[in-house]
Amino acid sequence: MLDRPTPDRRVPDRPMIEIRDVTRSYGAFKALDDCSLTIREGEFFSLLGPSGCGKTTLLRMIAGFDNPTSGTIAVDGQEMVGVPANRRPTNMVFQSYAIFPHLNVEQNVAYGLKRLKLDPVEEKRRVDEVLAMVSLNGLGKRGAHELSGGQRQRVALARALVMRPKVLLLDEPLSALDKKLREQMQVELRRLQQAVGITFILVTHDQYEALAMSDRIAVMFGGRIAQVASPKEMYQRPVNRQVADFLGGMNFVKAEVVEENGSSITVDTLGFGRVTTEKPKAFVRNGAGATLGIRPERLRVLWDNATAKYEVAGTVVERHYFGEITHLIVEIPGLEKPLSVTETNDFGADDIPVGAAIRLGYDRDALVAMAD
Amino acid sequence: MTTLRRLLPSGNSWLTAYAFLYIGFLYLPVVFLPIFSINTSASPKFPLAGTTLQWYRDLPKTPALIDAAWNSLIVGVSAAVLSTTLGILAARAITRYRFPGRRPIHGLIMAPLVLPEVIVAISMLLVMLQLGLSLSLFTVVLGHVLICIPYSMSVLTSGFEGFDRSLEEASADLGETAFGTFRRVTLPMVTPAIISSLLVSFTISLDDFIIAFFLTGTEATLPIYIWGQLRFAAKLPGVLALGTLLLIGSFVLLSIAEILRRRAARRTQSEGPLHA
Repeated sequence: MLDRPTPDRRVPDRPMIEIRDVTRSYGAFKALDDCSLTIREGEFFSLLGPSGCGKTTLLRMIAGFDNPTSGTIAVDGQEMVGVPANRRPTNMVFQSYAIFPHLNVEQNVAYGLKRLKLDPVEEKRRVDEVLAMVSLNGLGKRGAHELSGGQRQRVALARALVMRPKVLLLDEPLSALDKKLREQMQVELRRLQQAVGITFILVTHDQYEALAMSDRIAVMFGGRIAQVASPKEMYQRPVNRQVADFLGGMNFVKAEVVEENGSSITVDTLGFGRVTTEKPKAFVRNGAGATLGIRPERLRVLWDNATAKYEVAGTVVERHYFGEITHLIVEIPGLEKPLSVTETNDFGADDIPVGAAIRLGYDRDALVAMAD
Repeated sequence: MTTLRRLLPSGNSWLTAYAFLYIGFLYLPVVFLPIFSINTSASPKFPLAGTTLQWYRDLPKTPALIDAAWNSLIVGVSAAVLSTTLGILAARAITRYRFPGRRPIHGLIMAPLVLPEVIVAISMLLVMLQLGLSLSLFTVVLGHVLICIPYSMSVLTSGFEGFDRSLEEASADLGETAFGTFRRVTLPMVTPAIISSLLVSFTISLDDFIIAFFLTGTEATLPIYIWGQLRFAAKLPGVLALGTLLLIGSFVLLSIAEILRRRAARRTQSEGPLHA
């Protein structure tokens, strides 16, 4: 564990990173388009988006490998634009890990400490401490070539953490690992972040990774930040179709806005009728229409005489078996597109025949109105 | 032999015969050189009159030969250092940056490999004379740099290539300055390639005859000395002995260079994250 005064580290809402009106242009192309974002101290923050959305560019700007065309970036209240990477209080875990191949594990981890000219005993202590933290004890003498993918990742992590940065930047750190190791590392990374209390900024294109690890997420598309929210809010109240779609499956139903006020919105739909829902923060309408969405797992099959307060009825047109769950595609009279339903298999959803007439129940709060 | 046979599809005796002929054609003349260099008789004829190391023992007793060897050493070292230095700069630029004209420039640097050497030599002679330079070992060095750079370049490019850029970024990220990064990361990574380039260009310079012949003044390098000695039949065994030594020297230097180049290429290969 790093010997920081941990208790008062968790000052709520103290901004650690302030990104203001940052634009990065390459000729006519804007890699980042007027992005503003505040990341709090001690937060596990994810930049999520498809490749080319600008998330890595933003991360590299915080690290000092790139500079904004306009706008400012401050770390812990200090202006960073113009400050070179080697004088910033940030450290990075690279996507390729960038382990120095001519050095062993210990030398890799101690690389940055050498410049601090520490007492050799103290340096050794810090290296051992951080190696223990990432469960690499005893591997200090291993050469860079003798490490597995997961170990390389830990070395990269240790090498950055040993510098005790104010902010740790992680550029798709898990993308090269296989699925099982990736899931294990997600848990470990989160645990590590909680233990050291350092602000982590993770760049990822994997929505599940972002949902599982983050305190808050910024979803980016085409150089713009589409929404900043907690994982739960982001998943349940996406601001528009693009965000909803990126975060996992969702059924979209065309809606017409009947009434909109500060906190709620009322829409008319075919199939689901008139619905009033909580309005997502930062909701901006594009034109007259809107979309009503419901996640496939929030629709449940109503067996026999079971009833729900809210129901739709339809016909099963497709069935896809996925082991623990089954995807049903259900055609609803009046809806343009059939609904996708995810049902766990413990009640026999995998036995529902194609062509069966079924009823689906849902809760009103599962419906979310969003911009097109 | 067994290696050759393993390389070939079994049962194709024509192909095997062809391969042996081919290798023989390439290397037989080279094999004669050391064989006749230990012949007791001065005339290179089979059967050998007897074997002796006399010709090798006589070599250090020839002052003109020692001078030529010194000249070759001076020229070789200078050409190697110069072409490697220039090669480092060019190879780094070619592999690291994308700039307009990158490919044509690379092509032009490599061109001396395929230009007829005698034409290059004559052109350089003309230029040197026009510039008013008097012919000396210095002009030979200039000529050798020109023909060595393509070799330096190809060795160094493979050293720099695939050198993961994020290694240098990681160093900066960990607080190191640009110079410190060059010293602690870049240099150790490409040192084997640099040594390899020095050895290769030294060997090229050591072995070159045509450029040296045109561009030297009164000072002879080893190949020029050998050529001068060939006019005297009695000196032939000495020349053969010297030639054998040059052959072995070149072979050893180039082998070391190749081993180092491969090691460098392996070391600088981008350490692509592997699966656990």
